[in-house]
Amino acid sequence: MDGPTLEFERPILDLERKIEELKRARGSDRKLIAEIDRLEAKASSLLDQTFAKLTPWQQVQLSRHPARPYTLDYVERLTEEFVELHGDRAFADDEAIVGGLCYFDHQPLMVIGHQKGRNTKENMRRNFGMPRPEGYRKAKRLMELAERFNVPVLTFIDTPGAYPGIGAEERGQAEAIAKNLEVMIRLEVPIIAVVIGEGGSGGALALGVADRILMLQYSVYSVISPEGCASILWKDGSKAEDAARVLNLRAQDIKRLEIADEVIEEPRGGAHRDVDVMARRLQSALARHLSALRALDTEVLLAQRYEKFRRMGVWSERT
Amino acid sequence: MAWWRRKRAVTGEVKKSVPKGVWSKCPSCGEILVESDIVDNRSVCPACGYHHPLTARDRLASIIDKGSFVELGMGVEPEDPLGFKDSKRYRDRIKQAKKKSGESEAVIAGTATIGGRPVGVGVMVFAYMGGSMGSVVGERLTRMLEVSLERRHPAIICSASGGARMQEGILSLMQMAKVTAAISRLREAGQPYISVMHHPTTGGVAASFSMLGDVNIAEPGALIGFAGPRVIEQTIRQTLPEGFQRSEFLLEHGHVDMIVQREALRDRLDYLVRILTHR
Ligand SMILES: [Zn+2]
Repeated sequence: MDGPTLEFERPILDLERKIEELKRARGSDRKLIAEIDRLEAKASSLLDQTFAKLTPWQQVQLSRHPARPYTLDYVERLTEEFVELHGDRAFADDEAIVGGLCYFDHQPLMVIGHQKGRNTKENMRRNFGMPRPEGYRKAKRLMELAERFNVPVLTFIDTPGAYPGIGAEERGQAEAIAKNLEVMIRLEVPIIAVVIGEGGSGGALALGVADRILMLQYSVYSVISPEGCASILWKDGSKAEDAARVLNLRAQDIKRLEIADEVIEEPRGGAHRDVDVMARRLQSALARHLSALRALDTEVLLAQRYEKFRRMGVWSERT
Repeated sequence: MAWWRRKRAVTGEVKKSVPKGVWSKCPSCGEILVESDIVDNRSVCPACGYHHPLTARDRLASIIDKGSFVELGMGVEPEDPLGFKDSKRYRDRIKQAKKKSGESEAVIAGTATIGGRPVGVGVMVFAYMGGSMGSVVGERLTRMLEVSLERRHPAIICSASGGARMQEGILSLMQMAKVTAAISRLREAGQPYISVMHHPTTGGVAASFSMLGDVNIAEPGALIGFAGPRVIEQTIRQTLPEGFQRSEFLLEHGHVDMIVQREALRDRLDYLVRILTHR
């Protein structure tokens, strides 16, 4: 594998690169073939060992991996005839969020997701996946459009957060997010949200009020970024590693806290190492949840969605 | 009152029962005043109109009919679901916050009357961990909103909060959706919800129920917005314009319906409850 890598991936990738070189040079050299087998076993067990004891901070890094599949990578693999729809009809088209109609399992679907860029140029265009109010308002428009034509909604969550900027505040970032929460809680079609990478705070939740909340194994979902949390609580942004630990932001934590409904296992070494396998696993989970949700009467669907969020939280009660 | 006055630091809160004859200097105009005169004037400086921070109980008392408040969800208390510890343990922060604020959590919620009309009301307690919203704030507000729905009362929430409570992680984030869900039911039932935003109202509280009022009211000079000014400055690497994210800025950009002085708030709420439930 080439391309960007994380520090803890490097020993594995170095081994894999060496194996590739040997394979090219091997010919019928028996000694070399044995060496390749030995190194392959070593690389494989190193991969398992590394991923068996990932720290929360390493998982945060994986969720932000520059090679990690983004929304459009899944749209391409999971759906047919995707047609993108643009703009909030008021101010602009925010390309940090993409959305459009498509077919999933031969049925119409509205798909909406945060979209990051692969390089500097793309990231300028996508604003690193950090939406401004018009992004959320576009998402709202598309959800309401889906509702009018009885099309279920699928959202992909992958954002560091809503963009903190002057224009964003002037145009009502807080209201734009708030409005989406309200629209999603009462939308009369099934909604499934999948956290595919970074679930960053309110900017993530604005696409996250759903009947089912699924998370990929190495994705995270947090009320605040570890860096932000560290700079507030420790007055030191470099304590992000500690913050990642205390925030309980990994997919398995979010499931344990009864916020995520399901964690979808990633290919060995993470979704970026085999996007097609990841997409197939996601496909089958989505098909299962969608058919269960389609079977519900709208009234039941909405009552269950309300109850789902109504129950969230942990407190004690003195009587 | 001009927004920039708010910038001056005010230390300590005005307590409800100040003995007569205690003098205090107004942090805005410098006038030396009898403290009980300030308290009697809803903690607004009689000389210059500066709005001293008000305790949540005093804020509540200043808008509802005397003796009409029935508290809901008082027994709902915080837990430490993540076993959260930074330089301090969350459990210790909870104890300190109780002591500092004199309240059991960051919101007081219940039912009351305004001008004789029943309402559901929630007032956030900034002195309790910066008014941050954890599971208890979400649960108490939701119960108040559900009671309002059931009894067909309008609801009012007075916000003063830095946003979500980090120490409860994802659970605190989800309170935004939970409270908003309850508001959406009021909306569907055609019952009014009025949001009053005090200084400061930011983060996940602004980005959920605070911005969703049928009518949004801001107190003069309050800091209101999604991202905190420091985060924005660090992101865009420039100094923010004067008055940015203050109530007057929000009014100018169309995000609040009105700015209401503290002494006029009760009458304005009375009016809104009356006209919106006229039918
Ligand atoms: Zn004064």
